[in-house]
Amino acid sequence: MSVWAVARRIAAKDLRIEARSRVLVNQVLPFSGVVMVLFAFALDKASSDIPRQVAPGLVWLATVFSLLVMIQRVFAVERDDGALDALRVAGVTPAGLFLGKTIGLAVQLLALDLVLVVLAVILFDTAVAGLAAAGLLAVTVVVAGTALAGVGTLYGGLAAGAKGRDTLLPLLMLPVVVPVLIGATRSTEAAFGTGGIGMTEGWAWVALVGAFAALAVGGGALAFGALLEE
Amino acid sequence: MADVVDLLDVVAVIGSFPALAGATLRVEPGEIVLLRGPNGAGKTSLLRLCAGLLPVVRGSATVCGVDLTVDRRAVRRRVGLLGHANGLYADLTVAENVAFWGATVGATRDEVDAALVRLGVGGRLAGVPVGRLSAGQRRRTALACLVVRRATLWLLDEPHAGLDAAGRDELDATLRQAVQAGATVLIASHELERAAGLATRTVEVVGGQVVGVAP
Repeated sequence: MSVWAVARRIAAKDLRIEARSRVLVNQVLPFSGVVMVLFAFALDKASSDIPRQVAPGLVWLATVFSLLVMIQRVFAVERDDGALDALRVAGVTPAGLFLGKTIGLAVQLLALDLVLVVLAVILFDTAVAGLAAAGLLAVTVVVAGTALAGVGTLYGGLAAGAKGRDTLLPLLMLPVVVPVLIGATRSTEAAFGTGGIGMTEGWAWVALVGAFAALAVGGGALAFGALLEE
Repeated sequence: MADVVDLLDVVAVIGSFPALAGATLRVEPGEIVLLRGPNGAGKTSLLRLCAGLLPVVRGSATVCGVDLTVDRRAVRRRVGLLGHANGLYADLTVAENVAFWGATVGATRDEVDAALVRLGVGGRLAGVPVGRLSAGQRRRTALACLVVRRATLWLLDEPHAGLDAAGRDELDATLRQAVQAGATVLIASHELERAAGLATRTVEVVGGQVVGVAP
């Protein structure tokens, strides 16, 4: 099978498993919702404008925290009954496996971020300022989601066979996603009209996140085989 | 015809633990070879090495015509490995699991259906998520996945474990049929009476070495 054929099958399989197990709906979404509500309690919007100002950052912080849970789940599915070894023996191309898992994770992140943006609007009195801003926000969610999914799959694969992977994964991954966190927050600020960032600057930040996404996905596809062998 | 497995003085390690310590084994096409030996003898490591999952540290190893010291990944499409784990996805149905693994070698829908029927997991069971099956039914499903992959070399680690009497008979029949179709089989098992009745040859593995041909 070609790399893309493998990627399609892996992504379809992962999304089907998610649709059946409902981990995203029953665990990850409530978790990220609770995180946003806790932020809302901690930052009293009645007494200051700070909650509205920091809402974009909170959306992406909640996304990154939720991503950790999602990655553990995505690789637990492969690890629990030895499917990862079976995939290797089946000669599945590592690049296809990486891309498939990245696509599956990115689709789930897209759904998660849509909910988080709505929660930000409700809890922090933010709003998307017009059609152009909505477009910027949509592109940000897709591009940043792809970047996070790429990094998450790469580090999830790295930690999959390691002892103490539950604590190792955040330690390894969180520092790496800082550029995505900053870039996505800035462009979301532009879309929400907070933080004094204009639309032009917002698109520049999206471009930066896009470059990171290309690096993460391209590099991950190349490196994933070596990671699995180790 | 060249040997399907040709290992000479092979050394392999898992971490710092010596898994194989100079193992030598030759298996001809069409053989069903039983690997027997105590726990920790190196039977599983031998199977994983033949599957290209364990690197060769020293010695020479050729499996299905592929030199494992040069590119062990190249052998993987030609072998099928059933280890202690089944390699199944609990949230997918039996049919979806078999179809997924069959797709890796371009198996048709008919081949998938035939494998399901052959291992007794067709019909109503085919639509049941694997997570709801008994251990024996999962093992049958894993075997169906192996059948549909049309491997040249079958590597089976305790394949009878968890199967009922009917399942064991079906497994034995499936293996004999695979051999008739041109496959070669390596079995590691502690169920010596059952496996020996199936095997054309039995070898003893002790301390990471193949120490002799058992009667």
